[in-house]
Amino acid sequence: MIAIVNYGVGNLTSVLNMFRRIGADAVITDKAEEIKRADRILLPGVGNFDTCMQRFNASGLRSEVEKKAHEEKRPLLGICVGAQMITRGSEEGKEKGLGWVNAETIRFQLNDQPQLKIPNMGWNELIVSKESPLWNNLPPEPRFYFAHSYHFKFDDETMVTGKAYYGYEYPVAFRNGNIFGTQFHPEKSLKYGMKILENFSKMEL
Amino acid sequence: MKRRVRIIPVLLLKNGGLYKTVKFKNANYIGDPINTVKIFNEKEADELVVLDFTASADKRGIDFKKITEIAGEAFMPMSYGGGIKTFEDAQKIFDAGYEKVIINSTLFSNLNIIKQIADVYGAQAVVGAIDVKKNLFGKYKVYSHSGTGSTGHDPVEWAKTLEKNGVGEIIINSIEQDGTWGGYDMTLIENVANSVKVPVIACGGAANVEDFKKAVNKGASAVAAGSMFVYQKKGMGVLISFPSEKIIL
Repeated sequence: MIAIVNYGVGNLTSVLNMFRRIGADAVITDKAEEIKRADRILLPGVGNFDTCMQRFNASGLRSEVEKKAHEEKRPLLGICVGAQMITRGSEEGKEKGLGWVNAETIRFQLNDQPQLKIPNMGWNELIVSKESPLWNNLPPEPRFYFAHSYHFKFDDETMVTGKAYYGYEYPVAFRNGNIFGTQFHPEKSLKYGMKILENFSKMEL
Repeated sequence: MKRRVRIIPVLLLKNGGLYKTVKFKNANYIGDPINTVKIFNEKEADELVVLDFTASADKRGIDFKKITEIAGEAFMPMSYGGGIKTFEDAQKIFDAGYEKVIINSTLFSNLNIIKQIADVYGAQAVVGAIDVKKNLFGKYKVYSHSGTGSTGHDPVEWAKTLEKNGVGEIIINSIEQDGTWGGYDMTLIENVANSVKVPVIACGGAANVEDFKKAVNKGASAVAAGSMFVYQKKGMGVLISFPSEKIIL
């Protein structure tokens, strides 16, 4: 069972809708008990970084999620701000991130390209930079929906699995063992995103 | 640099069915929204806008049951507008599976709702809609309540006001071009797009991909249309379609 962690933010319904379409067993939950029973975790997030961190920290779910991620090593996928939370912190706010990957979250550096609006809102092609179970059998020319003003900045390339181009190339997907993150929204990315969530729901690590 | 411009079908909802208007009037029944959304999934539409276009003017509430059902079939980004008055309304729309709310009439009495929503869901989740018509003297003016409420605002000034109050995006619709297949009001698009930093979506009058390209050249970040996605051609029957041609900047 996939637990979609409900700590009070994010567009959880569309994630659930897509898992249902795939036929995956998923629930939206704000109960530690239910997370304990799950065999994989989806960490959503949307909006403001600090708001997300504060609510996650206050939800009483963090320790159970951490147990799943670090002790049981179950597959965990962060989406959008949910993935940014997995970094050490964000220029958007003051709260500490979870720090499960060697990256920060920074604002788009587009001062020299004023024609590019922030947030980057729309579809970008995925540039696969490293094998990942999430990329299995993706349809040709995979593209994904993005809506963000901040992006990951890794200390080195070892965990980066995918990039996109918006003014410059930047990392949009990562893997650190059982921990995965995507800046884009698979739940909103048609058949391309559906394949990613399907891969997540089936992957055996 | 490769940048795919979003092409956005606008679906007008009323009493659970889909309609299409001409100049915001003469609503013509198009069909069932669920079937239509399924077709747009298959055709890989970039994004969908669902507008309960008379919800504010008719003082109806939001049809949460129907819009939840619609979102359940839509695997692309979804925005909803129509009858949103409070933060709680917006919250329920996000919970229904939409990532953006489109607000229009309410803004004339409550600009603060933008910040209320953006603080929790992010600026990218709040879209300001501006409906525009020329007055007797040929000046562009903003209208509320599905084109029936004259506000006296100038669209450029109003767009700046909405940006200052925190919208993440603006959709600008020409009432006079709506449903005419006469092309976008390029002057209007250009004036608004050049006066704000947030993305501007062009709407009202598009007949073909050429119109999209022109709007993008005038500064639109995304293009929206109704008639050309739901009719075969001007004056012809219903046919749901989506262009396979991409617009790359």
